[in-house]
Amino acid sequence: MDISSVLGLFNYWIVIVLMMTGFYIVIARGNLIKTVIGLNIFQISVFLLYITMGRMEAGTAPIIQKTAEVDQAYSNPLPSVLILTAIVVGVATTALALALIVRIREDYGSIEEDDILALDRES
Amino acid sequence: MVMLELIDILVLLLLATTAVAVARIRNLWAAVMFTGIYSFLGAAWMLILDAPDVAFTEAAVGAGISTVLLLSTLALTSREEKPIKKFPILPLIVVVVTGATLVYGTLDMPHVGDPTSPVHTRMEPSFIEKSDHDMHGELPNVVTAVLASYRGYDTLGETTVIFTAGIAVLLILRRPGKLSVASSNRSQPEESDG
Repeated sequence: MDISSVLGLFNYWIVIVLMMTGFYIVIARGNLIKTVIGLNIFQISVFLLYITMGRMEAGTAPIIQKTAEVDQAYSNPLPSVLILTAIVVGVATTALALALIVRIREDYGSIEEDDILALDRES
Repeated sequence: MVMLELIDILVLLLLATTAVAVARIRNLWAAVMFTGIYSFLGAAWMLILDAPDVAFTEAAVGAGISTVLLLSTLALTSREEKPIKKFPILPLIVVVVTGATLVYGTLDMPHVGDPTSPVHTRMEPSFIEKSDHDMHGELPNVVTAVLASYRGYDTLGETTVIFTAGIAVLLILRRPGKLSVASSNRSQPEESDG
């Protein structure tokens, strides 16, 4: 494991750190809003993973330049397209989750998981 | 090129710091603000990685609309997280084991930017080679061509998802009218301060 392969894989490792931070927030925290925030962080780290895989060395953004030299390298446009779709869908799911949280708060008076479970057991 | 590598590493370390700050902070308001910063740093990094379209969308939708939605939810609920009684050790173990497995998986992956990696060599001819001819040479941005033409059904599906989510949010948040007898039967545990 030399320095070039550490640099070549460094992006993936940081993305994994971000992913695991989001995962930790989701499973360790009882607050519902905090859970949604953790889900968001996880989601963005997946976007970053895709985009970093589409990158090409010495490449540029996939916008064709007629004046440039013929063998200009471009980064892969496909991960960009997939992630554009995923970002918008991610906001839709976030909005839905937050609407559910507002409803839960109206009904239970709390957004903490253990309080809600205790109320459910009482009734 | 060395300069770009340094910026890359700096942005990545900032991203990691922000994520850890979100995990540790108790105040929900501050956590939402850190999430906005995190999204924006992510958008900045996407710009370095040659994906300007995604960076714009992430900055506008991820850092903008998500933060607004989270803030309005905070206004309707509570700002403080309940303090935890004891430090949860099991989630930490699960996270460390999963992370170590994933890092082990990356050891076989092609390095970032490697032109011979499967991401770049599969699909012959690639969208970049096809799109100039298919779009009659009038659409230089290949991302737009793939989004709206080659994968147009994908985008249609995305619009359907947004529409469905919008309807669902409206139905969930609708004020109970005369018809909903079931919801008034439910006992209210505390008075709401809405």
